[in-house]
Amino acid sequence: MGTDKLAAKAAEAASSGDPFIFMFTVFVLAVFIGFFVVWSVTPALHSPLMSVTNAVSSVIIVGALIAAGPADMGFSKVMGFVAVILASVNIFGGFIVTNRMLAMFKKKPKKVEAAK
Amino acid sequence: MSESLTGFAYLAAAVCFILALRGLSSPESARRGTALGVIGMVIAIGTTLADPTVMSFELIIAGIIIGGLIGTVVALKIEMTALPQLVAAFHSLVGLAAVFVAAAAFFAPEAYGIGVLGNIQAASLIEMSLGAAIGAITFSGSLIAFGKLQGVLSGSPLVFPGQHALNALLGIALVAGVAWLVQTNSETAFWAVVVLSIIIGFTIILPIGGADMPVVVSMLNSYSGWAACGIGFTLSNTALIVTGALVGSSGAILSYIMCKGMNRSIFNVLLGGFGGEVAGPAAAGGGEAKAVKSGSGDDAAFIMKNASKVIIVPGYGMAVAQAQHALREMGDLLKAEGVDVSYAIHPVAGRMPGHMNVLLAEANVPYDEVFELEEINTEFSTADVAFVIGANDVTNPAAKTDPTSAIYGMPILEVENAGTVLFIKRSMASGYAGVDNELFFRDNTMMLFSDAKAMTESIVQALG
Repeated sequence: MGTDKLAAKAAEAASSGDPFIFMFTVFVLAVFIGFFVVWSVTPALHSPLMSVTNAVSSVIIVGALIAAGPADMGFSKVMGFVAVILASVNIFGGFIVTNRMLAMFKKKPKKVEAAK
Repeated sequence: MSESLTGFAYLAAAVCFILALRGLSSPESARRGTALGVIGMVIAIGTTLADPTVMSFELIIAGIIIGGLIGTVVALKIEMTALPQLVAAFHSLVGLAAVFVAAAAFFAPEAYGIGVLGNIQAASLIEMSLGAAIGAITFSGSLIAFGKLQGVLSGSPLVFPGQHALNALLGIALVAGVAWLVQTNSETAFWAVVVLSIIIGFTIILPIGGADMPVVVSMLNSYSGWAACGIGFTLSNTALIVTGALVGSSGAILSYIMCKGMNRSIFNVLLGGFGGEVAGPAAAGGGEAKAVKSGSGDDAAFIMKNASKVIIVPGYGMAVAQAQHALREMGDLLKAEGVDVSYAIHPVAGRMPGHMNVLLAEANVPYDEVFELEEINTEFSTADVAFVIGANDVTNPAAKTDPTSAIYGMPILEVENAGTVLFIKRSMASGYAGVDNELFFRDNTMMLFSDAKAMTESIVQALG
């Protein structure tokens, strides 16, 4: 039965206007954007890049919010609650540690530059 | 909020995240970029909370406060030398969150509009199980990476016979598990996929040695992005798909850069078992016959004071000894003597990409004195002194001259071209790759046998 559905889905996807094709298009284009944006990151900032990507990937919290949102308590709500905690640790921790790192990157003081 | 307005809001969040990464192209624009990242996150969370299916907020607020407090305290307290393990720990949390979200979607599909319990659309099941599987691998793999970086687990590669066969079997079992899940909608199948993936995370990362962790951490960074993508497809949420793709490609590019920095393929790293005592006996035999010139802090201070150009090459040893502050002091004193001081960073120095840059920045070394390998490598021939602190393999000329060497072909910092090479090392032991460094025996090399921090401090004293 599952394979029938899979086949139906594939047939559906072949026709235009399928939401999966739309999402997949977004996905592929985003991979290209990511490729170009990340190559332009200066190697000196690769550590902050990791921690900030870590923070933004916690946008997975939107899935957790939907799970934790219903009025009735249930297994999924508990799962959502735990996921909200985990993602929040990452969002706060990731952005703060990125900021701490970036705050340390300073240019040479002006005096020295002028003396050169 | 209407559906199209929600769509626009998620798009705005995604654009903010793209700009957050774009900001990192230079240190000046980086902080503005991070601020945009925070705004994007607030937009994404706010939009979701405005969704009519989200009706009770107690648990959500409690969760954000609990998680936020933990994250804030940890991020403020962490030492910069411990960054690699912190990032690894954060990756494991993203992975675990992906598993929980997938589980929530599996057991309450109505909330996500993907079917009813026990009868979820096949496509959604595939997306969900991809999210859960990659998330679970990220979780357990990152735990191992954390353990190795923190020193809880031994950094040496853990290899056992039949390892690759076992991994292949586990991989096949995982694919079978996903197929089983899609066919039957069975709860058992869902948990089987999760448990198998957790085991795979352990067995893939355990055989990889401690010094290969920069690649592993980058790779897990990538995985956490793909996991987010899988969940994004399940939820039909473009912000999540775009962000996941960004993070996924970011981690992949970082892994590629690290591998290129070692002239090894990603497969070579992943198969594990690299590094160790391979060259041990031969190196010891050859080493005793050759003479090594060693010196004290005073000698090093004298040489550098009379130089006009000094290039400092920091490595993981500097991070372990926490010598960056003493090093900056030494640099300042030399600059006061009129010496031109700069820093050369090898792509794989340290335990995560850009690790050395952060440590030097922490010690107040201006970032425009710090250069990447391609920028500075030709400068060594005009330098009077190359000061190597806690690095070894990345300076070894065998990488260029000896085709039989384990590190042959790896780009190196050409310190041998400098007038004098000063090496701070604890002992004559070979580096991570287990390869003897012929530089130690050259006439223009002086070995400074000591802890990196103690030796740098004694040089500072001699200079002051």
